[in-house]
Amino acid sequence: MNWPGELELLRGDFSRKRAGMLRHILSVLWKQGKDTLQNKEILIQFVMFPVITIIMENAIEIPGMPEHYFAMLFGAMYLGMAPLLCTSAILAEEKEKNTLRVLLMSNVRPGEYLAGVGIYVWCLCMAGAAVIGLAGGYRGSGFGNFMLIMGAGFLVSIIVGAAVGVFSRNQMMATSISMPVMLILSFLPMLAAFNESIAKLARITYSGQIHLLMGQVEKLHLSWGQTGILLLNLAAALLFFAAACRRSKRFAG
Amino acid sequence: MENRNGLAVQTAGLQHCYGQKRVLEDVSLQVKQGEIFGLLGPSGAGKTTLIKILTGQLKQESGTAEVFGKPSGKLTGQEHRDIGIMMDSFGLYERMNCIDNLKFFTMLSGIPKERGKDVLEKVGLWPARKTLVSRLSKGMRNRLLLARAFLGEPRLLFLDEPTSGLDPRTAAEIHELLLGERERGAAIFLTTHNMAEAGKLCDHVALLNEGRVVECGEPDEICRKYNHQKTLMLHLYNGRDLILGHDRSGLEEMMQYLERGELETIHSSEPDLETVFMELTGRGLN
Repeated sequence: MNWPGELELLRGDFSRKRAGMLRHILSVLWKQGKDTLQNKEILIQFVMFPVITIIMENAIEIPGMPEHYFAMLFGAMYLGMAPLLCTSAILAEEKEKNTLRVLLMSNVRPGEYLAGVGIYVWCLCMAGAAVIGLAGGYRGSGFGNFMLIMGAGFLVSIIVGAAVGVFSRNQMMATSISMPVMLILSFLPMLAAFNESIAKLARITYSGQIHLLMGQVEKLHLSWGQTGILLLNLAAALLFFAAACRRSKRFAG
Repeated sequence: MENRNGLAVQTAGLQHCYGQKRVLEDVSLQVKQGEIFGLLGPSGAGKTTLIKILTGQLKQESGTAEVFGKPSGKLTGQEHRDIGIMMDSFGLYERMNCIDNLKFFTMLSGIPKERGKDVLEKVGLWPARKTLVSRLSKGMRNRLLLARAFLGEPRLLFLDEPTSGLDPRTAAEIHELLLGERERGAAIFLTTHNMAEAGKLCDHVALLNEGRVVECGEPDEICRKYNHQKTLMLHLYNGRDLILGHDRSGLEEMMQYLERGELETIHSSEPDLETVFMELTGRGLN
């Protein structure tokens, strides 16, 4: 037995696997970049809310309007809409057009593919969030905290979007599922300003919580309750995703 | 990479059902390395299901399906890289151009990206490399699917109806490409319902009907086996056609026409694959 030699072989095998995984994720990222440039339906999701925020922040000034009002409003909508719609649409399209099958036949693991798509959507969303934050007047540590909470929110939305995409057989089904979910997540924080019952409901969603946190980014403090709600939302998204994967596997089998 | 006995594909007693419907029944086949194997059958005979099982997309109910001597569902990454698949249902990225579609797969597999250019030139799509896939004709799409299958210089190619719906010229060009791949040493497993294509390209064929292999062998050998008439057809310069027996008197008569310089062509009376298929199943291939 040549233990150091075998250990070296194992290490080599592990490095190769890791390199392969990284190559797959980077390839999916590259493909997504190329594809999105031609996909106006997806591209507009990343551009719409940042542009609206810039326009509203510069065009409308109402006396007594809270600070960062439009950035908070459109930031929460962007959070609940763009990552969810984009992720579910990308996955559902790959399933519908059978390109996902080709990828899986090319040794790409489902996790690698999802990581590639997820990282891509997250990065684009973060770029949009930076525009919203800067247009809304967030600066310094406030801007950093704004990006931090938006990043966490995007992660949950991407998981929900991935679950919808995995669950759906085609793009039509993905749209019909993601639309109501997206409307609830994006509009609840806005409607909460008009009705206390809706406000109570909004507070149990991650988009509602993040909307509230956006107002206190200069001195960001997460209470145990808020942390719990955010973690529960993340757990629910992961459960939904696991259920969608199981259903998809059963359907494929 | 191939099996020790030189077999790229081997199935034995393969069975598969979709719900209550049995689509494959006791299918036993062998495909040697470096040969073109044609699976002939009408639509719904089970050809695509067999390819799906052999490429690990479906798991058979019973029997064995081996690729490179290993169960088709348990191939390693390297073995998968040695297989090229072209199926009509396999999608392409419509919003990306031809070269980018191939570049993506070279990146995934760690193949040098110049290989994309090589295969596009090979299938005659290099001039259209910057064209979006959504703007390609059916023939060009098929070529691109073939190019993707050729990308990793695979030792085994599964092609599901590669020339279906193509004009004769494009189909002939694809045939040339496949013969070139065989020259390279690749085994090709293709399905078709075009018996002329199978007769021209394949070293071995299997006739599949309602999930069962009804005949298997070399195309010429099968045709000779079902040549019940044993006759020769003569066409004379004066326009007359004659049918002569395979016996001594038939041979003497033929020699007379030959000596008199009246004989233009001689044809044997072997049936073609479609006629054999009809004889065996009572139905046509299309």
